[in-house]
Amino acid sequence: MSFLEIDQIHHTYFSKSSATTALSDISLEVGEGEFISFLGPSGCGKTTLLSIIAGLIEPTSGNVLLEGHPVSPSDRQIGYMLQQDYLFPWKTIEENILLGLKLSNKLNSSSKAAALSLLSQMGLPEVRNQFPKQMSGGMRQRVALVRTLATEPKLLMLDEPFSALDYQTKLRLEDLVSSTLKSFGKTAILVTHDIGEAISMSDRVYLFSPSPGRIHRTFDIPEELRKLTPFKARNNETYQKIFQTIWKELESLEPGKTEH
Amino acid sequence: MSQEKLNIKLLHEKFIHSQIIEKRWVRFSQFLIFLFFFGGWEVTSSKQWVDPLIFSSPSKIGLLLIDKIHDGTLVTNLGVTLTETVLGFILGTLLGTILAAILWWSPILSKVLDPYLVILNAMPKVALGPILIVALGPGFTSIISMGAIISVIITAIVVYTSFREVDPNYIKVLQTFGASRTQCFKEAILPASFPTIISTLKVNVGLSWVGVIVGEFLVSSKGLGYMIIYGFQVFNFTLVLLSLLVIAVFATIMYQVVAYIEKKLLKE
Repeated sequence: MSFLEIDQIHHTYFSKSSATTALSDISLEVGEGEFISFLGPSGCGKTTLLSIIAGLIEPTSGNVLLEGHPVSPSDRQIGYMLQQDYLFPWKTIEENILLGLKLSNKLNSSSKAAALSLLSQMGLPEVRNQFPKQMSGGMRQRVALVRTLATEPKLLMLDEPFSALDYQTKLRLEDLVSSTLKSFGKTAILVTHDIGEAISMSDRVYLFSPSPGRIHRTFDIPEELRKLTPFKARNNETYQKIFQTIWKELESLEPGKTEH
Repeated sequence: MSQEKLNIKLLHEKFIHSQIIEKRWVRFSQFLIFLFFFGGWEVTSSKQWVDPLIFSSPSKIGLLLIDKIHDGTLVTNLGVTLTETVLGFILGTLLGTILAAILWWSPILSKVLDPYLVILNAMPKVALGPILIVALGPGFTSIISMGAIISVIITAIVVYTSFREVDPNYIKVLQTFGASRTQCFKEAILPASFPTIISTLKVNVGLSWVGVIVGEFLVSSKGLGYMIIYGFQVFNFTLVLLSLLVIAVFATIMYQVVAYIEKKLLKE
């Protein structure tokens, strides 16, 4: 039995005029402590799949089992990080990072201290009384990561968390997130449309094909890349090779499209 | 380089100077309109170019004002009206927000109630006056109800719209933490809509004045609205115009106070 089992997920969105199948026959397994990526063009249902895994959406059919049990948001085992930080602008940074603990009634002096020390580990020791609007995009996304990690989720979902950042900040944050998750031994799923990000951060990459979203191919990232930080991995020869392979696969998914 | 700097300084001073001149002109023109209006009023009335019985004159209104201050009736009536208006708009905003919360809570209920809200919003609420007075008795309660009822529905509609426009991703963040619907409301929906609620306060002040004055017309026992209707009945238009001016002044003051409170609260 794997840590996370996704078994034959189908999902269809219904509206008055149409029924759109977003996901078709998705099955995969994730081991504890693994970092995997869902890669694919937009509209291939990656975010829908994350929402299903998090228990926010009920799939049309299929099961998601976390450690053998069905998932539900009220179990609070899953942390979810969005494309933008979505820090609450009327709350201070401290109130923001303690939000998850407060909602689950786990806020006490030790959990509070843990969250605050996580904040300084992220290089943000002096910001607890500031408001989100006083901070840069990269800092805010780091605070959002602290907020997600503060509840000690077993599984972490990252829904294009770096896509709204400038390139330098993005590369720096990739390294930080990767090392943080490794040191805590967290299992994580990253959704991205950035091939390089998927290769450099993960142990395994699932390539999705669109309409309806299904798993097109799976790429296992070799050990030598996994050991490196994302930034260093990007400079490795093997990285280039895998990049080319995935690039060609993506091209074959979108015939007639040549732009990046 | 220093030449350039000097130039900029000079230009800046010129700019500030022109701004001051403009401001003075605006103030002067405003004062002129004021003087022209009241001076014209006084002159045309004393020369009988307009009927002084209907239009009275500023001097007569001024004398009556002093009179009414001395015998204490103005202060009493003003106090009554102010209390009713303040209670009316606070109650209207509060009930409207609660109604909006109920609608947000139950999407089905909001769909069911939608046509009724449209009808209630379109209906002129002051038309309910006679029914309110019969139901609640001719007094304080029914007048406050008039002040409140006039703003409840529109507040509910505006605040409910703002509840629904809160970025759903904030809710998603809370849901991943296993938040209940109450917690979502308390942590995201309500604080995100706070600016809208505050700004409806400002609109409701004006609406509440309408409700309260009409209510006082109907009940006819106390307040500035009563002074107007009494003056009308005994054909004392000096009293009517005095009440009108007092209403204008205090409605403006109340609006400014609420606008100031809004600015203070939204700064935080």
